[in-house]
Amino acid sequence: MSINNANAIIRSIEAGYLKDKGTLPSLNVGDTVKIGVRIQEGGKERVQPFEGTIIAMRNGGINETITVRRIFQGVGVERVFMIHSPVVANITVIRRGKVRRAKLYYLRDRVGKATRIKQRFDRPLEGKTAKAK
Amino acid sequence: MSLGVLGTKLGMTTIFDPATGNAIPVTVVQAGPCRVTQIKTKEIDGYIAVQLGYGEIPDRKRTLNTKEPKEVNKYLSSPEYGHLSTKGLPALRHLKEYRLEDVSSFEIGQTIGADLFEEGALVDVGGKTIGRGFAGYQKRHNFKRGNMTHGSKNHRLPGSTGAGTTPGRVYPGKRMAGRYGNSNVKIRKLTIVKVDAERNLLLIKGAIPGKSGNLVSITPALIVGQK
Repeated sequence: MSINNANAIIRSIEAGYLKDKGTLPSLNVGDTVKIGVRIQEGGKERVQPFEGTIIAMRNGGINETITVRRIFQGVGVERVFMIHSPVVANITVIRRGKVRRAKLYYLRDRVGKATRIKQRFDRPLEGKTAKAK
Repeated sequence: MSLGVLGTKLGMTTIFDPATGNAIPVTVVQAGPCRVTQIKTKEIDGYIAVQLGYGEIPDRKRTLNTKEPKEVNKYLSSPEYGHLSTKGLPALRHLKEYRLEDVSSFEIGQTIGADLFEEGALVDVGGKTIGRGFAGYQKRHNFKRGNMTHGSKNHRLPGSTGAGTTPGRVYPGKRMAGRYGNSNVKIRKLTIVKVDAERNLLLIKGAIPGKSGNLVSITPALIVGQK
């Protein structure tokens, strides 16, 4: 069994779990997003929104993740979402941000007004950019 | 004491649990197809077992330089080739026996694949681990390391290996540096997450020995105290 063949088999298994490219918005670091998170509560399922800024992205096929940061009751909260996971019900881009870094870890050391990110208008909120996968 | 299947580790990936949405780390294993190459019985062999062959190899021939020149498979020894060809089986790379209590349901040439297992079943996976060569104390036995700085000259040394004049020797079994890995290991009680009987693929939760391409043997989990 050649390694190429093995990779093809693994890709074909992952393909069944990847979300359709058309259903995912194009995401960039610095964007403000609203993510619907599926949670189970006493046998009932509901979608809870989590809103924040994307401070990091990790590519990796099925392991593709985004790290979303928000300030909740004065405490910084960061959540890592696997964007192909069924736990992530939907992703909506609320605001496009203009940043010069791939990882915005510097926001962790900032509070209040200093955490603002400049808005950019050249990218549409919906639809695909050239970077979209 | 149960039948297993030989396979190749293909690599790892992640899949999502459809019920909870949790990510599950899985190892993809090409399990079979294996052929029954020999059935061993108490009367003939002294014990009961089924021998499986796995890994079909091209049927290229070489000529043996014997008194009467003989053609055998290029990649197998003459006895191995004869063992398979007299039964009308293709050339197979690996042979392994599984000891059983009853072999009446098997016949030579029978194909055994991934459908031997069901989803959710517990399995033991045996195989050769990655060879680390001559490894030091930290890697091989998880010793603590000394200070790298602050004037320390003890970085990765073993410390004391025992007392002094009494006993005047190092006790056998003292953990020291040496060859590590490249040994047969069995990882027990792993869960089968998914079975693809069509392509003979098994998705096993967690890691299994060796790198991708490693030969592994998958058997139903041996639970001690349970027959």
